[in-house]
Amino acid sequence: MAEKKATREALGDGLKALGASMPELVVLTADLAETTRAEYFRRAFPDRFFNCGIQEGNMMGVAAGLAAAGKTVFATTFAMFAAGRAFEQIRNSIAYPGLNVKIAATHAGISVGEDGASHQCNEDIGLMRTLPGMTIVNPADYTEALFAVEACARLKTPCYLRFGRAAVPDLSAGEAGYRFEIGRGRLLREGTDVTVIATGLTVSMALEAAQLLANEGISAEVINIHTVKPLDTALICRSAAKTGCVLTAEEHNIIGGLGSAVAEALSESCPIPLTRVGMPDCWGESGSAAALLEKYGLTPADLARQTKAAIAKKKA
Amino acid sequence: MEASVRKELTELARKVRVGVIESTNAARCGHPGGSLSIAEIVAWLYFREMRVDPKAPQDPDRDRFVLSKGHTAPALYTALALRGFFPWEELFTLRKLGTRLQGHPSMHALDCIDMSTGSLGQGVSTACGMALAAKLDRKDYRVYTVIGDGESEEGQVWEAAMFAAHYRLDNLCAVFDLNGLQIDGEVKKVMNIAPMADKLRAFGWEVCEINGHDFDEIERAFETARQTKGRPTAILSHSVKGKGVSFMENQAAWHGKATSPEEYEKAMAELTAAREA
Repeated sequence: MAEKKATREALGDGLKALGASMPELVVLTADLAETTRAEYFRRAFPDRFFNCGIQEGNMMGVAAGLAAAGKTVFATTFAMFAAGRAFEQIRNSIAYPGLNVKIAATHAGISVGEDGASHQCNEDIGLMRTLPGMTIVNPADYTEALFAVEACARLKTPCYLRFGRAAVPDLSAGEAGYRFEIGRGRLLREGTDVTVIATGLTVSMALEAAQLLANEGISAEVINIHTVKPLDTALICRSAAKTGCVLTAEEHNIIGGLGSAVAEALSESCPIPLTRVGMPDCWGESGSAAALLEKYGLTPADLARQTKAAIAKKKA
Repeated sequence: MEASVRKELTELARKVRVGVIESTNAARCGHPGGSLSIAEIVAWLYFREMRVDPKAPQDPDRDRFVLSKGHTAPALYTALALRGFFPWEELFTLRKLGTRLQGHPSMHALDCIDMSTGSLGQGVSTACGMALAAKLDRKDYRVYTVIGDGESEEGQVWEAAMFAAHYRLDNLCAVFDLNGLQIDGEVKKVMNIAPMADKLRAFGWEVCEINGHDFDEIERAFETARQTKGRPTAILSHSVKGKGVSFMENQAAWHGKATSPEEYEKAMAELTAAREA
């Protein structure tokens, strides 16, 4: 069993690792240094770390100004307050001018847990996806997140990086020759009956679900879409054309996120039956991450069950 | 200030007003009122204050300008044209398809724009980021921003005001263009922002209050800003919306519309007479 680690740990570790070789790297936070793990960078490079206090809108503007003056900036806070509260600052001060700012959003999705719906951001991917030129990366595990931080830091354009609070299995760590490329999905398991496309925390679940299905003689192909935008349409369509049906799984509203992105790609390029699993356009609530994921159907067993239903659509 | 310098600057401000009327008239839309109220300020910034070079608009050591009240771009564009960043004729492309002179300033469309603006309340924050970068890089460039008084109702302006004082950004100078009017009427009636000087001092800023159409006062205020150490400076520039065109002065209705052919002739006649005066 792979070691479990939260992807936000990779944000802190990744920034700290990059600090020495990237003197232009500046990190901001809005009173969430410790919990976003931006603190790891602060301890190593205090002169290039600025706490903006609880003012996310201003932080995005400051990030834009720093970037316009040549800095590579990571602006860190919770997904809710980044994509949600500061959406318009991200749109007008960062995305429209195409500035070199990385919006590093932690505590995304319902796995935030006990804090409840006010803090469970299930809309961020949808919001960010509508901004021209915005790259959106939602890494599946610690190792992938570490690579994502570096790859986005080296990109000169705006990026939205999504990290989770909960510990998830670090599957990529055990993968020989793991290679991360922005915009390139990863075929994790080959199959012929159905394509399961997952992102972030649901990737390991999708792999477990595929194993459950295999025990029943069903062959599921599993794809990890760590970059929701730009979407790897070629990989998705190639797989969909082979298996004939697709299921998407994400810790996000099924409206606007991965499910929507895949639906758009499929219906334009290779129309086939699609099932979207995620938050079914409803609010979250308080509870442990595990309890919430179970209640809202984001477990390997649920994905396996939904996948069988997806295959049934194909036959209908 | 020497009389010849004052005369030269006064003529530049008049030309800024001509450019504002010409460009918005050609566009058949735009925001002349708040552009006319900052004519002296942008003339001072681009001809006396800022270290800029039309041949090297992206010079990393240049002073930066953020027009937070981005809708008054016609004033900025005219100052840039007068300073030699692009030809005067280009002002007539304002707001037209394919133009570099977007309705609100775009740094990607036009390389001498230091920050894209337009959505009110964001420019002080971006100016803070530039000022912070200068500090980090131990560079001596300065950052200027112009904010509207109606715009100062936006909470983000005060977030940024707090930030600038907290990080002691003495290389930042924010001009608040207090023309007293916003789209829906008088600022004090729509949402009173007074007392601005007390508020900004309480936030930790150096504050100068001036007549924004008087170059002697403008000179002294910017000198104070340059001399102030350890804190940012706010210049409260009391101005007249629509200044220089009689029928636009102090009229909120001239916030966001262009002249009719008759109004254009009248405005140009007044501005021409001002040169001969």
